[in-house]
Amino acid sequence: MNTFVQAMLFQAGYNVALVTVGAILLGIAAGSAGTFLFLRKRALVSDAIAHATLPGIGVAFIIMIWLGGDGRSILGLLCGSAITALIGLFIIEWIPRRTRLPEDAAIGSVLGVFFGAGIVLLTVIQTMSSGRQAGLESFLLGSTAGMLFQDAIVIAIGGFFSILGIWIARRPLTIVSFDKDYAISVGYDVRQIDLLMMGLVLGVTVIGMKLVGLILIVAMLIIPAVTARFWSNRTDEVVVIAGFLGGLSGYIGAVLSASAPSLPTGPIIVMIAIVLFVLSLFLAPNSGVFSTFIERRKTKSNIHRRQGLLTIAKGENVVSSFTRKLLANEGLSRSDGLTDKGKKLVTKILIDENRWIAAKEVYPDKDMNINYGIKLIEETLTKEELLKVDQYIKSHKFKSITYD
Amino acid sequence: MINTTNTSEITPSKPALKIQGLTVSYGDKTAIFSVDANFPTASMSAIIGPNGAGKSTLLKAVIGVQPILAGQVHIFDNPIKNNLQKIAYVPQRVSVDWDFPTNVIDVVQMGLYRQGGLLGRMKGEQTSIAMDCLDRVGMADMWQQQIGQLSGGQQQRVFLARALAQDAEIYLLDEPFSGVDAATERAIIDVLKSLKSKNKSIIAVHHDLATVRDYFDYVLMINIKNIAEGLIDETFTNENLQSTYGGKLELTHAEELSAPRDRPTK
Repeated sequence: MNTFVQAMLFQAGYNVALVTVGAILLGIAAGSAGTFLFLRKRALVSDAIAHATLPGIGVAFIIMIWLGGDGRSILGLLCGSAITALIGLFIIEWIPRRTRLPEDAAIGSVLGVFFGAGIVLLTVIQTMSSGRQAGLESFLLGSTAGMLFQDAIVIAIGGFFSILGIWIARRPLTIVSFDKDYAISVGYDVRQIDLLMMGLVLGVTVIGMKLVGLILIVAMLIIPAVTARFWSNRTDEVVVIAGFLGGLSGYIGAVLSASAPSLPTGPIIVMIAIVLFVLSLFLAPNSGVFSTFIERRKTKSNIHRRQGLLTIAKGENVVSSFTRKLLANEGLSRSDGLTDKGKKLVTKILIDENRWIAAKEVYPDKDMNINYGIKLIEETLTKEELLKVDQYIKSHKFKSITYD
Repeated sequence: MINTTNTSEITPSKPALKIQGLTVSYGDKTAIFSVDANFPTASMSAIIGPNGAGKSTLLKAVIGVQPILAGQVHIFDNPIKNNLQKIAYVPQRVSVDWDFPTNVIDVVQMGLYRQGGLLGRMKGEQTSIAMDCLDRVGMADMWQQQIGQLSGGQQQRVFLARALAQDAEIYLLDEPFSGVDAATERAIIDVLKSLKSKNKSIIAVHHDLATVRDYFDYVLMINIKNIAEGLIDETFTNENLQSTYGGKLELTHAEELSAPRDRPTK
């Protein structure tokens, strides 16, 4: 526990502090870049290009060995991975345009072929004399053990440029994600904007490989964005919240794995992101499971209460047992009819009912079915509009419904 | 209500949008073949034809959404390539995901993105332009609504407001009245007519043959190929309707539609 607190305060040693800072920056970059991936419905493309980085790592290592280096230069490996990922991306884009294969087949093929080739290359490298110590397999699931200062610098610089790119291109990215045809009609080059988006995602993937690993990086891109969607209905806000949630996952995940070194950092970060997702799924206001459930129950009760009271006021029998129980529980009715409280409420509801009917006549162009029977009319119309409706009711043109 | 347009002023000789030999195909299926059209300036033109006739494809090909195999498109006698800013496109309502995280005013401001530049926040002036456009379609009091909460008619009005924000010369609308309530249809047609009175050109894909005469003064009838084109009075005839729709249109119905009405419509 002590290590946990120390790690939280960046006091658990140089390497842990590096990893934590790196994980936070990566989380922010991945969360915000991933938002557009999610909104453009391209999550699987990013999974494929992440897997397509693997052969690049192998080839880059072999080339660097041939050139007499030790093959582990992070920049060299990242360049190699970016090149094969780009090739994969172009193939995914090319196949549906030029052949009869749909995009999902293209994504699946590229993912499988490139990842397979990468695993073969890695196995070959294992058997090379200089390859045994390379530790290239750590790129699959990420590793923090050998994290160097230069790795953190790469993440910081790469993350900074990703976020800058997102901020500059946020409008084209938003408009292309929302309405591609319209974007073309106002002169945006959708292919270029898509390439820019995938470029940003590729950048995040490449810098995140060392820490989270290429298999799980797609989770860092998508999960924070999906989670953020529960908390906001505006694209700009979703981007910022996703960045924050990504950073938070990175921070908590890195700290947790520092206090329990047997736990792998990358998967832990992803698990934290998933915990945040599940919490939001249930607890988010407006769109969460709980609030939707409560809202639905409230609406149901409102409708049953109104219908039941109006039925009794008309002197008819309430058929629904749910309604009867509701009215009895709320002290609105007894076996012999309405209570005083119930009678008062009926008067109020009758006024409201008449206002709704009148409003439909006063404002024929307005959709007056929204909230009808669910909320009071005061919550739908403005004060001036309500005044007009009341004046209309007082005029002789309108015949109010009354029950005695 | 209807403008008694002096049709002699609308001359096809000065087209707002000129299409020559436009051909588009989806794979080996021809969507439109060698379509010509001359939509006049400052008028309301309808594109009509049966389902699958290529009406929407024609609009999409004009704005560059759909790659064209052959043909040319000119706007006021200039190639369309660098003149897209003169066009405002209103896509079909169903073409987008209305669960997208954005609200009414943000969607309308998309119409200003190309004027606003890449950097910087929306200026107050641009917000007021967007509010003004919302007001013209009767949606000003809903500016903060999440778009997923809008009714079909309201969604269509927001799309129209976004096009208005572009302040274009030519408005291309893809089935603007499809699935909207009567109040919205009236509101949209009022806005379009006021645009026409400001010498803007409106071209709409239209599917309700009963209202063609009331709303439009020029018509292009297509079914993959050109069938007929011209002023409503001369072109929207029984004969042309028959050749456009073939057996799909009841003969008596066609006669009823194409007969010029004596009494003024409201």
